[in-house]
Amino acid sequence: MLKPSKTQTLLGWVTFIVTMFALYMTFIYAPMEKVMGVVQKIFYFHVASAWNAFFAFFIVFVASIAYLLNKNEKWDTIAKVSAEIGVVFTTIVLVTGPIWGHAAWGRWWTWEPRLTTTLILWFIYLAYVLVRASSIEGEKKATMAAVFGIIGFIDVPIVFFAIRWWGSLAHPEVVTGSGGGLDPRMLHALITSVIAFTCIYFYLLTQGILIERTEARVKSIKNQLRERNN
Amino acid sequence: MRFLAKIGNIVWKDLVAEFRTKEMISAMMIFSVLVIVMFAFAFKPVGDTIKAVSPGIIWVAFTFSGILGLNRSFVNEKQNETLTGLMLTPVDRTAIYFGKVITNFIIMAVTEAISLPLFFIMFDYGLAGSILHLILIIFLGTLGFVSIGTFLAALSANTRASEILLPIILFPILVPLMIGAVQSTAMIFDQKAFAEFAGWVKLLAVYDIIFLVVPFILFDYVLEV
Repeated sequence: MLKPSKTQTLLGWVTFIVTMFALYMTFIYAPMEKVMGVVQKIFYFHVASAWNAFFAFFIVFVASIAYLLNKNEKWDTIAKVSAEIGVVFTTIVLVTGPIWGHAAWGRWWTWEPRLTTTLILWFIYLAYVLVRASSIEGEKKATMAAVFGIIGFIDVPIVFFAIRWWGSLAHPEVVTGSGGGLDPRMLHALITSVIAFTCIYFYLLTQGILIERTEARVKSIKNQLRERNN
Repeated sequence: MRFLAKIGNIVWKDLVAEFRTKEMISAMMIFSVLVIVMFAFAFKPVGDTIKAVSPGIIWVAFTFSGILGLNRSFVNEKQNETLTGLMLTPVDRTAIYFGKVITNFIIMAVTEAISLPLFFIMFDYGLAGSILHLILIIFLGTLGFVSIGTFLAALSANTRASEILLPIILFPILVPLMIGAVQSTAMIFDQKAFAEFAGWVKLLAVYDIIFLVVPFILFDYVLEV
């Protein structure tokens, strides 16, 4: 593997420290929720993952447009890595959500707009990953992926509004509750957690790009060797 | 005007090719009736069940059979390398897109026009609501389906496993359209006034516009070599 740059190593350490601090904030600083108890701690990971997933998909959208405009491979790599990270974080949201939901409302799943939209989002970006996996190599693959990355992102708000009209069931409104509910210390913990997850996102992004570049390098070395042997 | 004539030529070519073999349209027709029959076994079609499940059955039958047609619309062109020929013709790439959209729309409309009455007969279900409203919803739903479906069919034709890939990439994108179409169809069956499902009609119309304009912008990239 190619050596990470100095900034990357630094980013790794910053991410480590911020994440440790976020864990402290979550488990020690933030008070225990009266009704839900320790299950409520999942909230900090759930919300932060959801934020990360949406952010990652937004980056896919921007990188896809940038790729189509100037055909620079760099953008394609960013879109690819970001989509993969986004799928992982969406999976975390979809796993933590039901665990929390079961404790909070006694049901694993409700067909509520945000849950359902997240599920569809997950399917859209799994499809994106599949488009990449089954495409023919090279520039064409990057173009197809970029096109689908744009279509998928445009679809998300329409999905959300359609599902919201379709049936509005309750999702715990934790942050918007007017005065009710959220302790300021919980809010601090949540903000730290979101920052920590964002750091993790950027760290994973740089690592992913590094892996992609290593792969490209290995491929070019292989080709050179093959040519020499011929 | 010349642009429209070019589109018309592509539609004409596709329809002639299709109606000489009737390969796609017969398969779609049989399949959509088959889906309806399968649903009859899945939900025993008596009494209130029909009313509850029929809008869903109709749209699932339409989309599943539509996928069959979409899959062929570009894969067929690839097999004989006729897509290259089509791309070499001195027309804008978007003319190819709109041509394919219109062809797919016509083929789907024919399928629907035959399978929908069959559905009403087989389930012994009398349409209570307005037929014009139903036609409007089917028009908007089908248009949205073929506009994004044709585009993604062109995209997936570039991949190795295009026929497996197309439903997987198309269905998540179709979610808003399916919700809107099924909801408004259910309301028509319930004899609701137009004003009550006007919101859904607007959603369908907006979906159609968005997914005609975005592919229009991006289609050049999908067909480039």
